[in-house]
Amino acid sequence: MSDKFDQKQYQNTIKTYQPKPNYLANCIKAFIVGGLICVIGEALTDFYMKVFDFSEKEAGNPTVTTLILIAALMTGFGVYDKLGQFAGAGSAVPVTGFANSITSAALEHKSEGLVLGVATNLFKLAGSVIVFGVVAAYILGMLRYALQHMF
Amino acid sequence: MAKIGKQTWLYNQQIYVNSTGTAVGPLEAQGPLSNTFDKKYDELHCNQDNWELAERQLMKDSIDACMQRAGKDKSGIDVILAGDLLNQNVTSNYVAKELGLPFLCMFGACSSSMETLATGAALIEGGFAAQALAVVSSHNATAERQFRYPTEYGGQKPKTATFTVTGSGAALISKEKSSIRIEAATIGRVMDYGATDPFDMGSAMAPAAYDTIKTHFSDLGRMPGDYDLIATGDLSGVGTPILRDMLKEDGYDVDEIHNDCGLMIYHSDQPVFSGGSGCGCSAVVTYGKLLSDLEDGIYKRIMVVATGALMSPTMVQQKETIPTIAHAVVFVREEEE
Amino acid sequence: MDYVWAFVVGGGICIIGQLLLDVAKLTPAHVMSTFVVIGAVLDVFDLYDNLIKFAGAGATVPITSFGHSLLHGAMEQTKEHGFIGIATGIFQLTSAGIASAILFGFLVAVIFKPKG
Repeated sequence: MSDKFDQKQYQNTIKTYQPKPNYLANCIKAFIVGGLICVIGEALTDFYMKVFDFSEKEAGNPTVTTLILIAALMTGFGVYDKLGQFAGAGSAVPVTGFANSITSAALEHKSEGLVLGVATNLFKLAGSVIVFGVVAAYILGMLRYALQHMF
Repeated sequence: MAKIGKQTWLYNQQIYVNSTGTAVGPLEAQGPLSNTFDKKYDELHCNQDNWELAERQLMKDSIDACMQRAGKDKSGIDVILAGDLLNQNVTSNYVAKELGLPFLCMFGACSSSMETLATGAALIEGGFAAQALAVVSSHNATAERQFRYPTEYGGQKPKTATFTVTGSGAALISKEKSSIRIEAATIGRVMDYGATDPFDMGSAMAPAAYDTIKTHFSDLGRMPGDYDLIATGDLSGVGTPILRDMLKEDGYDVDEIHNDCGLMIYHSDQPVFSGGSGCGCSAVVTYGKLLSDLEDGIYKRIMVVATGALMSPTMVQQKETIPTIAHAVVFVREEEE
Repeated sequence: MDYVWAFVVGGGICIIGQLLLDVAKLTPAHVMSTFVVIGAVLDVFDLYDNLIKFAGAGATVPITSFGHSLLHGAMEQTKEHGFIGIATGIFQLTSAGIASAILFGFLVAVIFKPKG
């Protein structure tokens, strides 16, 4: 017996058996879906600026809120997971993916009740984003503040 | 002694499969084996309020179908051997609670289907039971939420991923003669070839199937030609060619007679990545399709090698590798007098 | 042209995410956490603000903008309240997003049933 399937060689040998992700197709799908979500965001900003006379800065919050609402509803209707399988990072990286990670975790744990299920698990997936965001922003903020006041 | 070689049990007494029952979810019901299943649901909740209840319903249905076909009352069962994939084997425990019968709970991940059957046959051989019921279940949504992500989460799965079968299979065994005899079983060892990717169970489990099959051949002095079919549980499109090539290295060519339950249960155009998995996979295919083919005389002797990835999300997060195991049971056709 | 740049920049950020998933084999949680930190880092020297000026929603919709907004809100508050502003301002700009995600996530969980 050759040592092709030897315990030490195994993980190397089987690489030829594992179907590779279609890198190019995945990137194109992510680009198109991610780009389109951003275009919808841009259109919403335009809409809030024209209809409600918001400034571009003021229109930011209602835009994000609307996108989050759409993503939460799509998660409830069971469509966002299918979009995610197609688009990968294209639907995960935009703020809609953040909303999906919150909504899907909350929805999945509905069977354990509103307090211990929904509320406790709401940030199960999205929590890491908030934790790393806050820790990084806090530390960078302190550094920046210190630099500003030293010179 | 019934033990032969290193890991094989050769049942000296005549132990038979008297009846089987299966229950499956919507995707399995749309698959090529649809007409071999007893109870089919067209939606994943199986008319229940949550996923765990849905899986429990499937297990109850498969037991009911099995007992109905046998024309026997559940109270005659001496021991139930059951397993599933959920933490603390909740499906099995709660179903067994309702049955109120002596109960042995087993966990071998997806290998539980043959683990329960082999153990049940051994208990009958030893005289500890006259009638034993082996049953296992898995459910796509309960498995997803426990082992991976919430079902509605938009994560992208790679092509190597498998799709947990929603289904349950039960088998009633005793010394009462039927056309399907349980001839032997080979108990697997835990194998770990360093797999770390929870989205590629096929390649993780192939070495376990290889070890069990190779040991089985050498324990009994048999060759692949002694079998009409060797069916692995859920190696899927990735693990299947690996297993065949591993056996070829040892001079065992199984290409013609090997198939994988995970590849049989779905059409290739169904959205199941590289194939089906879960203990429901090998159970519903074996108890639904394979044993009835054996009964019909399409096969004379078959071996089912149920493969299990003993995966824990906590262990994977702690960067541990994924151990795997495979248990084999040999079924032979006997002419009924 | 606004729409074109929003599409290209937003889609481009997603391509980077896709490569981190497929090539670097990171989990989605690792990718998102990395992106948020990168967004915060890019807020230093106002790089991310320039990207927003250029690409609009193409820069504000991806999760990188969350990291940028956290730091940006904190720094704005330091102008008025000094050092303590970092703590009081960190959620200043992201409050609407987090609050609505919690609310809508909760409501959807109450109303819907997971489909599987």
